[in-house]
Amino acid sequence: MRQFLDMGGYAAYVWPAYAVTLAIVALNIIWARRLLAQARTAARRRLGGETGPGDGA
Amino acid sequence: MSWTWFHRLGSPPYVYGLARRLTPWFAWGAGLLLLCGLYGGLVLAPPDYRQGNDFRIIYVHAPSAWMSLMVYTTMAVAAAVGLIWRMKVAHAVAASCATIGASFTFAALVTGSLWGVRMWGTWWEWDPRLTSELILLFLYLGYMGLRAAIEDTQRADRASGLLAVVGVVNVPIIHYSVVWWNSLHQAPSVMRLGKPTMPPAMLLPLLIMLAGFTLLFAALLLVRLRGEILNRERTAAWIREALEA
Repeated sequence: MRQFLDMGGYAAYVWPAYAVTLAIVALNIIWARRLLAQARTAARRRLGGETGPGDGA
Repeated sequence: MSWTWFHRLGSPPYVYGLARRLTPWFAWGAGLLLLCGLYGGLVLAPPDYRQGNDFRIIYVHAPSAWMSLMVYTTMAVAAAVGLIWRMKVAHAVAASCATIGASFTFAALVTGSLWGVRMWGTWWEWDPRLTSELILLFLYLGYMGLRAAIEDTQRADRASGLLAVVGVVNVPIIHYSVVWWNSLHQAPSVMRLGKPTMPPAMLLPLLIMLAGFTLLFAALLLVRLRGEILNRERTAAWIREALEA
């Protein structure tokens, strides 16, 4: 395990690269869901707000 | 040949429903492939005989760079379709691409920098590949800025769509920059004519990561597309149904 985390001395380059990429993936998932949620809220408000919570996601 | 499929793809309610049904398939597929690819790339693949474990950056760098180009191409094609056939849904697809593409272009530049600092001895060089990729980031940011600056969605679609179409010339420049010019960056090892230059134990995790990122893009695009469609359909009656379904 120690050896794996050390990455043969390249830990300081390999792990930040993975961390940045996975953070971008996570952010993209959050941003996409937020965009849809906001659009749904806005559409519901335009329609008069009488619709229910809807299909989630 | 029947063009009904094309006409149906121009119908916001149809595309909205289709996007909702397809999203989980792409999302779960992406999750599964990314887990397999990460395990293969970090654990199963052997260290490179010259670069040691540093080469493992390829499993996040190459897919990010692939995303940066694939997303831009998708955006430009969608924008062109939107401009030519005045198709609202196509403009919505193009608008959905920009944030995704910009963020993965950023990831490609950062991971490339982390790789380059040990292999080339520098974080940044005004090299053809690096410079053209940076221009790609500015194209995305310009597209987003242009959209943000124009309040009317239809006008924003047309103006930003034109920028996306013109900017697509940069895509082949990025891809062939390492072939046309004397670049620090290594030549393609997968996206090339003839056989890949990597052994299967290294190549397979990379192909899995590339497929995983592609499915991830599809899932992200479809979720964003629904939002963009809702924002464009100001009064349509089908929205009430879609929100309740």
